[in-house]
Amino acid sequence: MRWETFAHEADVGVRGSGATLAEAFAGAAMAMTAAICDPQKVGAGETVNIECAAPDDELLLLDWLNALVYEMATRRMLFSRFDVRIADHRLQATAWGEAVDVARHEPAAEVKGATFCELAVRQSPDGTWMAQCIVDV
Amino acid sequence: MDLKQLQQRGDYEWLLPATGRMRVPGVIFASRDLVAAMDEKVREQIANVASLPGIVSAAYAMPDAHWGYGFPIGGVAAFDADDGGVVSAGGVGFDISCGVRTLHTGLKLADIERDKRRLADALFARIPAGVGSTGSIHLGAAEMNAMLKGGARWAVHEGYGSDADLAHIEEHGCVAGADPATVSDQAKKRQRDEMGTLGSGNHYLEVQVVSELFDAAAAAAYGLTPGDVVVSIHCGSRGLGHQIGTDYLREMVVAAPAAGISLPDRELACAPLKSALGQRYLGAMRAGINCALANRQILTHLARGAFAAVFPGVKLPLLYDVSHNTCKEETHRVDGKTRRLFVHRKGATRAFGPGHAELPPEYAAVGQPVLIGGSMGTSSWILAGSAGTEERAFGSACHGAGRAMSRHEAMRRWQGRALVDELASRGILIRSPSLRGVAEEAPLAYKDVGAVVDSSDRAGLAGKVARLTPLVCIKG
Repeated sequence: MRWETFAHEADVGVRGSGATLAEAFAGAAMAMTAAICDPQKVGAGETVNIECAAPDDELLLLDWLNALVYEMATRRMLFSRFDVRIADHRLQATAWGEAVDVARHEPAAEVKGATFCELAVRQSPDGTWMAQCIVDV
Repeated sequence: MDLKQLQQRGDYEWLLPATGRMRVPGVIFASRDLVAAMDEKVREQIANVASLPGIVSAAYAMPDAHWGYGFPIGGVAAFDADDGGVVSAGGVGFDISCGVRTLHTGLKLADIERDKRRLADALFARIPAGVGSTGSIHLGAAEMNAMLKGGARWAVHEGYGSDADLAHIEEHGCVAGADPATVSDQAKKRQRDEMGTLGSGNHYLEVQVVSELFDAAAAAAYGLTPGDVVVSIHCGSRGLGHQIGTDYLREMVVAAPAAGISLPDRELACAPLKSALGQRYLGAMRAGINCALANRQILTHLARGAFAAVFPGVKLPLLYDVSHNTCKEETHRVDGKTRRLFVHRKGATRAFGPGHAELPPEYAAVGQPVLIGGSMGTSSWILAGSAGTEERAFGSACHGAGRAMSRHEAMRRWQGRALVDELASRGILIRSPSLRGVAEEAPLAYKDVGAVVDSSDRAGLAGKVARLTPLVCIKG
């Protein structure tokens, strides 16, 4: 699983890739944490289970990231590890993280939501998967 | 942006002719330099907005227009429900009714210089700012619904401010037609502990000084003289607005094909005004506007408490409160006919000109105050809606500087600590929970707000009244 953030004029792009669709989704989630703070500073003591379903892979990515945004906002948590399972456009995942500690995490910005801008989920000819979108911060 | 695609109609007005799917032309109000510096994506996005059903007159872009989602940020578009018009969740954005309010303090620069540090600390201690921060107000279900219906009026009723504040807020602090039942439980849960919080990113509370005046009559009407200390608050509808945007954007994308709407970009997600979904979104979006108005009202109360702790007896009357991510039902004259239109302003400020019926009487002769936030450490501006602006862009003007570079690039170029020290050496005190956040919001990461307001002034959208220089900045 690999992840990166990429530049957008006003906000931040998040991108994950890997051998499977699920790995790419986990990478995109990790990139979203990196848009907020340094993921290496975020512990993994608490777990949250997330389930969502959507008619296609792109909407599923959006729902997955927005579910994490919701959990981060209402639980006041940050996440640093993700186990994602996807079958038939249904996603089941476990996210590991901890409560926001402003002094230690120094979160730069909260994510307001994942957007349709630059939203893409693709499989390359070599079989690897990529999942990305812009998140509004 | 390639100027060859545009027809120049004046020094500050450019026409993008209607081609292809466009139902109306696009119009950009900006200097040649600002238009040339705009991303090609802005032109694409203007053309996409111009292709939406029921759009009236033109898709407009303000001088600070930049690449947004679906709509450009700095985009204005009006739709007629009787002409198949739509309401677009993408055209309002995630931070519903994000806006700026400015408060007088009755203090002069010399009055606060000695106590500036104490004031900065008092504000930072009282204003919840940054990721994960919570307010001291926790709303139950009934109170949440009352807040969503009542906006700043609810907040004043709860003891956060006075009736005099309401007279200086758009729609007197409460937009009609808010329907809490159309707001999801998730959105309400996100807001439960976030009333009276500033948020993060580009949101701030600043103590500023009036450093220059440009229009004596408007300055007198607004009660501004050189050396006056004022407070400006920039924030929005917090988690509630973000979740309403998320919920309805998705629902509108999925529902669009059945409504016969083909979206050139899914982020333009919209629904016919005359549809159940369109009406539900309007109810929720208006609840989001009220949430933002209530939030800024509570933050005002907190700022008043901080000032009173440092300067006993000081009052902070409200100059005005504007929102810059909204869709509002308004009456406009189009080609000699009076029409009710749904005006989307995404990163654009309402800027009604002199004599408009919705202005408070004391501002009626000079036009609506238009409050423009600058980047951290640079000037902010107070403009006044120009005469005739309703005929130019449905009574709209710019909203801020707009980013010149990505957060990535800003973080690469600047260190938060060094920036805070450099600004402190210039007399500007920054208080923020996140040094990385400070770096991402570095002053030079934004365009020159001076060029943006010059274009707004010369294009006849909103004229310059006062320049404000920062003294203290509480950064989310």
